[in-house]
Amino acid sequence: MKQVNALQLSGINKSFDGFQALTDAHFTACWGEVHALLGENGAGKSSLMNIAAGLYAPETGSLMVDDNLVRLSGPRDASRYQIGMVHQHFKLVKPFTVAQNILLGLPAEPGSYRTRLQALEQQISAKAQELGFVLDPRQPVEQLSIAEQQRVEILKVLLAGARILILDEPTAVLTDQEAERLLSTVQTFAQQGAAVVLVTHKMADVKRFADRVTVMRGGKTIQTLNPQHVSVDELVRLTVGESAQAGYTPGPPAGPLRLQVRELRSPTGSGPLAGVNLSLHAGQIYGIAGVGGNGQGELANALMGLPQPTEGEIHLESFGDLRGASAEQRRELRIACIPADRYGAALAGSLSVVENFAIGQVHGGRYGSFWRLLGTRMRSDAAAAVQAFDVQGVRSLEQNAALLSGGNAQKLVIAREFSRDPQLVVVHSPSRGLDVRATQAVHARLRAARDSGAAVLVISEDLDEVLTLADRIGVMNSGRIVAEFEHPADRQAIGKAMVSHD
Amino acid sequence: MDLLTHWLGNAPDFAVPFALAALGLILTERAGVLALGAEGLMLVGALAGIGMQLGVGVAGVSLLVAMVAAGAVSLLFALMVLVLRINQVIAGLALVFFCQGLTGLAGTVFGWTNRPVSGLNTVELWPLSELPLVGKIFVQNPLVYLTVLIFIAVVWFLYRTQTGLRLRAVGENPQAADAAGIPVLTYRLAAIVAGAALIGLAGAYIAVLSTKMWIADMTGGRGWIAVSLVIFARWSPWRALAGALLFGAIEALIPQLAATGVRLPQYFVLMTPYAVTLLVMIWVALGSRESASQPGALGEPFIREQRR
Repeated sequence: MKQVNALQLSGINKSFDGFQALTDAHFTACWGEVHALLGENGAGKSSLMNIAAGLYAPETGSLMVDDNLVRLSGPRDASRYQIGMVHQHFKLVKPFTVAQNILLGLPAEPGSYRTRLQALEQQISAKAQELGFVLDPRQPVEQLSIAEQQRVEILKVLLAGARILILDEPTAVLTDQEAERLLSTVQTFAQQGAAVVLVTHKMADVKRFADRVTVMRGGKTIQTLNPQHVSVDELVRLTVGESAQAGYTPGPPAGPLRLQVRELRSPTGSGPLAGVNLSLHAGQIYGIAGVGGNGQGELANALMGLPQPTEGEIHLESFGDLRGASAEQRRELRIACIPADRYGAALAGSLSVVENFAIGQVHGGRYGSFWRLLGTRMRSDAAAAVQAFDVQGVRSLEQNAALLSGGNAQKLVIAREFSRDPQLVVVHSPSRGLDVRATQAVHARLRAARDSGAAVLVISEDLDEVLTLADRIGVMNSGRIVAEFEHPADRQAIGKAMVSHD
Repeated sequence: MDLLTHWLGNAPDFAVPFALAALGLILTERAGVLALGAEGLMLVGALAGIGMQLGVGVAGVSLLVAMVAAGAVSLLFALMVLVLRINQVIAGLALVFFCQGLTGLAGTVFGWTNRPVSGLNTVELWPLSELPLVGKIFVQNPLVYLTVLIFIAVVWFLYRTQTGLRLRAVGENPQAADAAGIPVLTYRLAAIVAGAALIGLAGAYIAVLSTKMWIADMTGGRGWIAVSLVIFARWSPWRALAGALLFGAIEALIPQLAATGVRLPQYFVLMTPYAVTLLVMIWVALGSRESASQPGALGEPFIREQRR
């Protein structure tokens, strides 16, 4: 079989707000193959494919279709080159019908709207039948299930004439049977001569359905290989990398049990938590690893006291079920929380550094009663904390917190949360978007908290971070802790638990 | 009986500015741009119309020039919200104050204030105009009839053409529209200018055909009533037309009541349309389950390379 390159990306660089998402990425997909693009969250898979689909413009690098150099000015251009992408977050207009949504992507043609829509409705039914599913073209999209919406997306790109089909995490939202059907459909599609790019982080899908696989890590394309010739272990090793567990320092021997999460689950149908069990001791850092979207966010919300419906129990020693605790009680219990969204949930961007620092203890009465605010004390405390926690870029204590860079904003959050010698610390993705130095500073603070006897829970999608920090590691998968490891843990084993499917 | 006949006959004349302005707003807001500047654009249309009517004196030309003038001024709003991505509420309010100042100044400088112009003669729709009681409804100036045709055309465009489908997609989910290759900002620009032209026509109607003269701030808050009318109509043109008739009828009632010698405090009477607006808004808010019909991306600026 003569294979010609369908889609070729080379030397792609792309950054967002100073964050380098892609560094010299190379990717080639051929006609007639299912080509998997494998990598962890944030490895740059979606960014690379958004460039291929014309949504993002690369800073450097070239794009070739059929071995011809092309320059895409937008998604319409991409569809002219027969490139179609099904996004992870569907790009559908909810109140419109299936047919209307598909019509949107087609170029304007003469002929009345009505007759075109009717013709299209027939085409949709025919194409759906050909692919082996049923879809009512006149139904509004908002009434469809997720799997059906995905079918609309696929029909949309196919009816627009796409022959290079990019699917971004297509199975993430599907049940196993649905996923299987979808993947065998696209396999058939490739066998008929099209090129299919399958963006995924699931090893099993790669092994079963892909003809070739390109592995990405940290914005770089690592290697392209035939999945039949490599073991799952090898794929895991390539995706999670092999960096040394530098920086781990053991703490004091773990103290008494402090926090116990028992069978924490989302009420049926409302979320991903499916019975989380874990115990956390004083003087211990417990790290939760896992691929993003397996319930970490919901677990973090529940632990931090953010609105999150749950069943089960979060039991804090000498208090009881933490789920019923008010924000005031949580402060009183000296629970420190560092949410992932530091500008949205941890800081009030338009308030000053002083106010953001002091707000943690205003209610406690440290800065005066309800009719009087002790500005001087607030300022001196904040100044001391800024000094102690090395918050840089503070030109004035009165400047807006939103002006702080990511790392310094995070330090300010830590300064506030740690100002009362916490006994329980809950942290979600503490170093996301931070540079190496700031990350190290944040990690040092977390270790110091542990060493002074706090129980620390770190939820992070960055496996390196978990390995560097944690004394004990739990792997979260499909809303549960599926495996636990003591330090030193085997990276490959953790990686496997992260992606395994039962 | 005479009162009723007159009232019904006058209602369409009062309803047309509301209807046209609301239609213009719907056109713009269906593309996802929150347009609060109607009051200002109506004034621009009104002044431009009067200026042209005083100079050239052909009503058709005056109305067209009013539409072009309002469309041109709306480019400033488009620049603010589409290119600079200034908050659409702020930009809309700023536009109103700017237009109020600009038209007040220009009206004085050019000496157009309080100078009467000739409007348009009425046209009778025979034989409907011979009907008892309601006959007077069918004796109107041509623009009243034209308004109905404009409504049909806009509704046809929005719901029966592919371009209209795209415009609504831009207002519902610009990211989806963008991924489908629709130039979001171009569509929004076109919707802003086209909507402004209709709003300008509404203003010109008041000045050139109803009042037949220019007075500073003569629209008297009708642009704001149109804004609330759109919410009341849940962005549906036909419901907006019905609402416009309701408000037109209320406004038309005021001089009729005065003529019959009913003694009501003047300011109370003048307040009625605004009070009704408030009541309507409260009523709409109470039935808020229907708010789903608001364009999904109304008021949201569109930026393509947005991560997450």
